[in-house]
Amino acid sequence: MAGTSGFSVSGYGPERGTWARLVARDSMARRLDWPLLFSALALSLIGSLLVWSATRNRTQLNQGDPYYFLLRHLLNTGIGFALMIGTIWLGHRTLRGAVPALYGLSVVLVLLVLTPLGATINGAHAWIVIGGGFTLQPSEFVKVTIILGMAVMLAARVDAGDLIHPDHRTVAKSLGLAVVPMAIVMLMPDLGSVMVMAVIVLGVLLASGASNRWIIGLIGAGAAGAVAVAALGVLDEYQINRFAAFANPELDPAGVGYNTNQARIAIGSGGLTGTGLFHGSQTTGQFVPEQQTDFVFTVAGEELGFVGAGLILLLLGVVLWRACRIARETTELYGTIVAAGIIAWFAFQSFENIGMTLGIMPVAGLPLPFVSYGGTAMFAAWIAVGLLQSIRVQRPITA
Amino acid sequence: MSNIPETGRTPRVQIRLVIIQVLVFSLLLTLGGRLWYLQVRNGQEYTDEAKNNHVQQVVQPAVRGSILDSRGIPLADNETRLVVSTSRTELMKMKDKGVAVLTRLADVLDMKPKDVMDKVRLCDSKTPKPCWNGSPYQPIPVTDEATTQQALQIRERAEDFPGVTAEPTAVRRYTAPGLANTAQVLGYLSPVTDEEITKAQNSDSPYLRSDQVGRSGLERTYDKQLRGKAGVTRYEVDNLGRVIGQARNDEAEPGANVVTSIDARVQAVTEYELNEAMKAARKEMDRNTSEHYKADSGAAVVMEAKTGRVVAMASLPTYDPNAWVGGISAKEYARLTGKKSNFPLLNRAIQGQAAPGSIFKVVSSTAAVNAGYKFNGNYPCPSSYSVGGQVFQNFESRGYGSITLGKALEVSCDTVFYGIAHKEWQKDGGMKPKHPNDWFYKTAHQFGLGKETGIDLPNEVTGRIPDRQWKQSFWEANKVSWCQQGKKGGTYVEKIAYEGCLEGNRMRAGDSVNYSIGQGDTLVTPIQMATIYSAIANGGTLYNPVVGKAIVSADGKRVEEIAPKSHGKLPTQGRTLEQINEALAAVTTTGSAAWRFGGWPQDKIPMHAKTGTAEVYGKQTTSWFASYTEDYTIVMTISQGGTGSGASGPAVRKIYEAMYGLNAKGDQDLSKALMPEPRKELPEIQSDGSIDAPKIRPYEPVKETPDEQTLAGPPATSTRRD
Repeated sequence: MAGTSGFSVSGYGPERGTWARLVARDSMARRLDWPLLFSALALSLIGSLLVWSATRNRTQLNQGDPYYFLLRHLLNTGIGFALMIGTIWLGHRTLRGAVPALYGLSVVLVLLVLTPLGATINGAHAWIVIGGGFTLQPSEFVKVTIILGMAVMLAARVDAGDLIHPDHRTVAKSLGLAVVPMAIVMLMPDLGSVMVMAVIVLGVLLASGASNRWIIGLIGAGAAGAVAVAALGVLDEYQINRFAAFANPELDPAGVGYNTNQARIAIGSGGLTGTGLFHGSQTTGQFVPEQQTDFVFTVAGEELGFVGAGLILLLLGVVLWRACRIARETTELYGTIVAAGIIAWFAFQSFENIGMTLGIMPVAGLPLPFVSYGGTAMFAAWIAVGLLQSIRVQRPITA
Repeated sequence: MSNIPETGRTPRVQIRLVIIQVLVFSLLLTLGGRLWYLQVRNGQEYTDEAKNNHVQQVVQPAVRGSILDSRGIPLADNETRLVVSTSRTELMKMKDKGVAVLTRLADVLDMKPKDVMDKVRLCDSKTPKPCWNGSPYQPIPVTDEATTQQALQIRERAEDFPGVTAEPTAVRRYTAPGLANTAQVLGYLSPVTDEEITKAQNSDSPYLRSDQVGRSGLERTYDKQLRGKAGVTRYEVDNLGRVIGQARNDEAEPGANVVTSIDARVQAVTEYELNEAMKAARKEMDRNTSEHYKADSGAAVVMEAKTGRVVAMASLPTYDPNAWVGGISAKEYARLTGKKSNFPLLNRAIQGQAAPGSIFKVVSSTAAVNAGYKFNGNYPCPSSYSVGGQVFQNFESRGYGSITLGKALEVSCDTVFYGIAHKEWQKDGGMKPKHPNDWFYKTAHQFGLGKETGIDLPNEVTGRIPDRQWKQSFWEANKVSWCQQGKKGGTYVEKIAYEGCLEGNRMRAGDSVNYSIGQGDTLVTPIQMATIYSAIANGGTLYNPVVGKAIVSADGKRVEEIAPKSHGKLPTQGRTLEQINEALAAVTTTGSAAWRFGGWPQDKIPMHAKTGTAEVYGKQTTSWFASYTEDYTIVMTISQGGTGSGASGPAVRKIYEAMYGLNAKGDQDLSKALMPEPRKELPEIQSDGSIDAPKIRPYEPVKETPDEQTLAGPPATSTRRD
C-alpha cells in the first residue's frame, strides 16, 4: 500500500529498496516539507518541557512522579509522529476511499461519549475512558474526519472536471455531513470544539470555491446562532461566565475570572526573557489551573518570557505558512480543501487558546496544537501534518 | 486515482486562499502584539502581582510590654484569658448565615443567642452597639472570659462549631497594686482603626489588623516601645495556600517594659488622701454659698524636686481602666465620657486648669524683685487697696503694716502685691501703654506658665497667662457677642460684657492688680505648679516632668534610661531664691499653713509650702496647696474644695508622713518610710522576662486621735482666704 510517487498509489509501481526509495530523486523524503515537520516537532518538544514544568509539582496529578507527564507527552509525540508517517505512507488520496468509513467511525465514537462510557472533565462530557489511565477525546478525530469528509464531497465533481465549483446541492450535503457530529459534540457540551469545527467548515467552504452566498450565509447563520444561543439560555451558567469573564475577570473572580487573571499574571510576569524554566512562581505555585493542557502557553509566557512565547508563535506561524503554501501549490481541489481545513483548524484553535491566556478571547477548553498535553489532540494534529505532507508529496509533478 | 485531470485553479479559489493566509497571519500578529503588550510593556505590573500572589504572611502578634512602678511592680501587664472568637467569613458561608452555630455557642457560653449575634454583626450607621467595628475578615471575639471547660467543649465538638475558635490570648490587665489605680496616667488601649493602618502602612512600625493601640496616658506615649514588633513569617505558597518554601522570617519581638518613677505605694497613698480630703471638704460649710463644698474633682502630683520625675499622680474622679479591656461596652463608654460622671478619663493633674490663687505669689514676688523692688524692702500691707474707685480686699482681712515680700508670702498679704502691680501698671503707661515692661507677665512666662511643661503624657493643656496679647485676641474673638449682650447698669454678667465690649482688649489697672495674686483670667495646671515649686526647691531648674524612667527590653538586656530634661531656669538669682525658700518655710511654721503642720520635724525635714484659694465665678473656691521638702514636691488642688490649707493641707501632710515614715507627732520611723529619698536604681528584669518585684500591701492610713485635730484649729484671723 506504499505510495512512492505521485503516479503510483497502490503498489503497482516498480519495487525498490527502502533506502533507495528514500534518497531517490523523486523520493518522498526529498519532497517532504521539512520546515513544517521541523516546526511541528519543535513545538511538541517545547511542549514537553512546558508540560513537565507545569506538572512536576502537581503531585495529585502525576502520582508522585515528576516525569510522568513529560514521558507521556513524549510518548504521545512519538505516537503522533508515527501516525504522521503512516498517513504519509498511505497518502491522502488512498485515504479518500476510506473517508466514509473513518467518518462513520468518528461519529460512532462521539456518540459513545454520550453513553455511560463517556467521562466528564472540566464540565465537558467529552472523553471516553479506555482504561489503564488512557482516555480518548473523539471530538479531536472528528475535526479531521469533517475536513476529509467535506473535502471528498466538495472536490469529487470538481476534481473530476464536471464542475468548476461545487454546486449548491453538494455544498448543502457537505454541510449536513459536518452538522451531525457538531450537534453531538454540542450536546456534550464541548463548545470550544464546536467553535473550531464551525471555523473549519468556513475554511473548507472558502477553499472549495463554494458560492459567496454560502460563505456569507454561513457567517450570518453563525452570528444569528450565537445570538440565539445566548438569548435562549441554551448555554450553561459556566459557559456564559467563561464568555463574560475573559474581558472582566472581576465578573467571576473565584471561577473563570481567576483562571484568566492568574494566566495573565503568569504571562505578564515573564517579561522579556522569563524567569527561567522551572523558576516561575505562578507555575511552581500552581496558580494557573489546567496549566499542562489548555493553559500551557502561560508556562512559556512566565518561564521563557517574550522570547520563548514569541518562538512558539513563530513556530506556529511557520506551520501555518507551510500549510498555506501547500494549499496554494497543490492543483487538485481535494488537497486544497484538506489543507485549508487544517489551516482553519490550527489557526483558529491556536488563536483561541493563546488568545484566552492573553485575555483577548473567551475561555474555552481547547488545547494548543502540539504543545498542550493530551494524547488525542496530539495524534489528530500529527495526522493533520501527515495529510499536509502527503498533499505536498503527492502533488502532480506536472503542476 | 491516478491521472487526475488537470483542472487548473480558478481565480476564486486562489483569491480565497490568499484571504485565508492574510487572515491567519493577522491572527498571529494580534497574538504577538498582545504578548508584547503584556510582557514587555506592562511586565513589571504583573511581576509585582505575581509576587503578592505567592507570598503569604503569617503574623505572630507581639506581647505588649508591662508598665512597671519604680520598684518593678506591674501597674499594667498581661494575663492569659480564653478568648472565643468567630470567623465571620466562615459563618456567612453557611446557609443560615451561622445562626445555628451561634445559638449553640451561646448555649455553651451561657449567653443569650441575641447577645452573641449582636457582638458578631458589623457596625454601620444604623446598627446600635454592641457591634463589631473592626475588619470583617478578622476573628471577632465573642467573650474573653470563657472558662477552660467552655473552651474544651468548643474544641472537642469542632464539627458543631465551624468558624469558632477558643484560644488563650494575652489580654491587658491593670493590676492596681496596693489599690494604686493610676488610671489616667496609665491610659488605655483600643483597637486600631482602618485609617491608622493605612497611615502607618509604610512606616517602620506598621499596625496589624488585630493590634490594640494606646489611646491615652503612658499606653499612648510609649505605645511604640510597649507594642514591640509582630513576628512575620513570609511563606511562598501555592494556589491552595500550601507552603512550598519560606521566604523570610522575622521573629516576634515582645514589647519593652516601661519602668516609671511612680511608686505604687505612694500612688496609693496619694489617691487615698486626695479622696479623703475631698470627702472631708464635702462636710465643710462654704460660708459664701451657705452650702457644703462640692469638691467635685481634684488632682495631686508628687514629684522628685531635683529631677522632675513623677512619683505619684492622682486625678479624681477616676475609673477602672480594665473597663477598656476586651472592648468597652457602649453603656460603659457613655458613662465614662458623660457629664454626670464628671469626665473621669481626664487626667486633671495635666488637663485640669484653674486660677492658682496665692500659690502664684512666688511668681509675683520674683517679678517684683526683677522689676527692682527689694525683697527685704518695706511694703504697706493695708486691709484693702483701692484702684480707680474699685476696692480690692486683702482677703486676709487684716493689715500687717509695712512688711517685706517674704512676710507677704508667709502671711499671704494680697495688698502688698496689689500695690506693686498697680505701680508697675502705671509705669507701663496705664491705659495708654508705651513700651510696657510687663514684669509680672514676663516673669510668669519665664516660669513656664502658659505653655506645656512637656510631661511624657499626651494632651497636656497649657493654662493661660492673661497678658496683653491674650487680651487682644480674646477680645477679638468675643467682642461681637459681648457688644450684643452688654448693658450698662444691667446684671453683673451684662455689665462685665459691656465693659468687655468697650475696652476688653486693654489691660486695665484692675486686671493687673487682680492678676498679681493669681486671680482673674489666669489658669494653671497642677503639673505646672509642681514644676515651678520643684524649681524653687532645686535651685532654679525647671525640669520637664517625666513619668517614664527607663525602657527595658522584655529580656531585661537592653536598658534605655530616660534622663531628666530641663526646659529652662527660673528668672531669679540665688539670694532671692533663698529668701523665697525661707518665706515658704515660714508658711508652715508661722504662716498660713502653720496650723496644719504642728509637730512637723522642721529641723530634720524642712517643709516649705504655699496655700492658695482661687475664686471661680459662679462656683465655690478652688483649693490649692503647693509644698516641697528637699527631695519632693507635692501639689494638690481640689475644685470647689474651699481653702488651700483647710482642704488640702492635711492630705498633703499625710502623704509626706507616709513617704518619710513620720507619725503625727513628727517622730520618724525609717522602717515605715515608703520613700525617704528618691529611688535611683532600676528594678531587675530577668532574661526570661520575670521581674523581682517586692510584695505590696494596700495603704493603711494612720488613725488620728481626735483631740489632736482640735488642738490644731485654724488661726482665728484666717477666715476665708489664705
